[in-house]
Amino acid sequence: MRSEQGKNTTKRKNVSYSFLFLVIVLIVYGVLFFVEPDKSMKSVYASWHIFLNIIPVLLVVVFLMGLSNYVLKPKKVSKYLGEKSGFKGWSISALFGILSHGPIYVWYPLLKELKEHGMRTGLIAVFLYNRAIKLPLLPVMIFYFGVLFVLILCIYMIVCSLLQGKIIELLEDTYCGLKRELV
Amino acid sequence: MDNIQRKTENKRKQFLFSFYKAIKSFATMLPVLLGVILLIGLFKIYVPPSVISTVFTGELFRDTFLGSMIGSISAGNPITSYLIGGELLQEGVSLFAVTAFITAWVTVGVIQLPAEASTLGKRFALLRNALSFLFSLIVAVATVLTLQVIP
Repeated sequence: MRSEQGKNTTKRKNVSYSFLFLVIVLIVYGVLFFVEPDKSMKSVYASWHIFLNIIPVLLVVVFLMGLSNYVLKPKKVSKYLGEKSGFKGWSISALFGILSHGPIYVWYPLLKELKEHGMRTGLIAVFLYNRAIKLPLLPVMIFYFGVLFVLILCIYMIVCSLLQGKIIELLEDTYCGLKRELV
Repeated sequence: MDNIQRKTENKRKQFLFSFYKAIKSFATMLPVLLGVILLIGLFKIYVPPSVISTVFTGELFRDTFLGSMIGSISAGNPITSYLIGGELLQEGVSLFAVTAFITAWVTVGVIQLPAEASTLGKRFALLRNALSFLFSLIVAVATVLTLQVIP
């Protein structure tokens, strides 16, 4: 109950910060409009142009977000993440990292719980790194950088996530070994 | 029969709720998105390309490193990073730097570091973010080089 409340306050704080950000930008525009009306109007046109270009892509994003909300729930994910290891564990962590959505602070407590239940740190790292690949947002990335770029980038990111997981496990093992030797 | 009807009704409700949630979370990121788009508009008109080229000089390694640095300390919705990255690319900044920037934006979280350290451990969080920074450079170089090789 308390964590739910905490989540809500964080969310509310985020919303008010984002509104504050928009208001500050609008104030800057307001001031500039009085100083240099021509140039500031040009800025408005430039922004409008960007906005018009991106709006269809954003609609696709909302649709994909809705779909991934429907298909995937954090609780479902945790059921699969904890228990498996080996090749299956690594690929499942990567896959769920890619499919996971929502803000990161929703996932930290869940990962902590999984860690306490024995999930390997390497797998947590793999999961967190793959969160960087956001399937619903890919249309925006493709819009700006092209399909081929996005494809290559995603492949390299998945490879790096696995490398990172392995390196973290290796370093943690060495650290624990050293600690045991010292004691 | 009644049971099946209730099940489909339940599924329909869940489906609608998922989209309601998506629209809601989209609405919460909309103010920042609008703010960023308006800022890019200002940037395009007020900042001449010569200023950008004094920051991103065209020196590949330095630019890529700088891209990763800026991406690491920034946080927020990845769409914002794609928007900024796309505009920087149009202004002539190299794809190496832009790729490093958008990769570090999502993989390195300097701002979330305290939260990550408190839940998953200080050593893990520091190690993970340091490695992610390094990997953002490697991913950027590898991606752009691969793109250049593919005809």
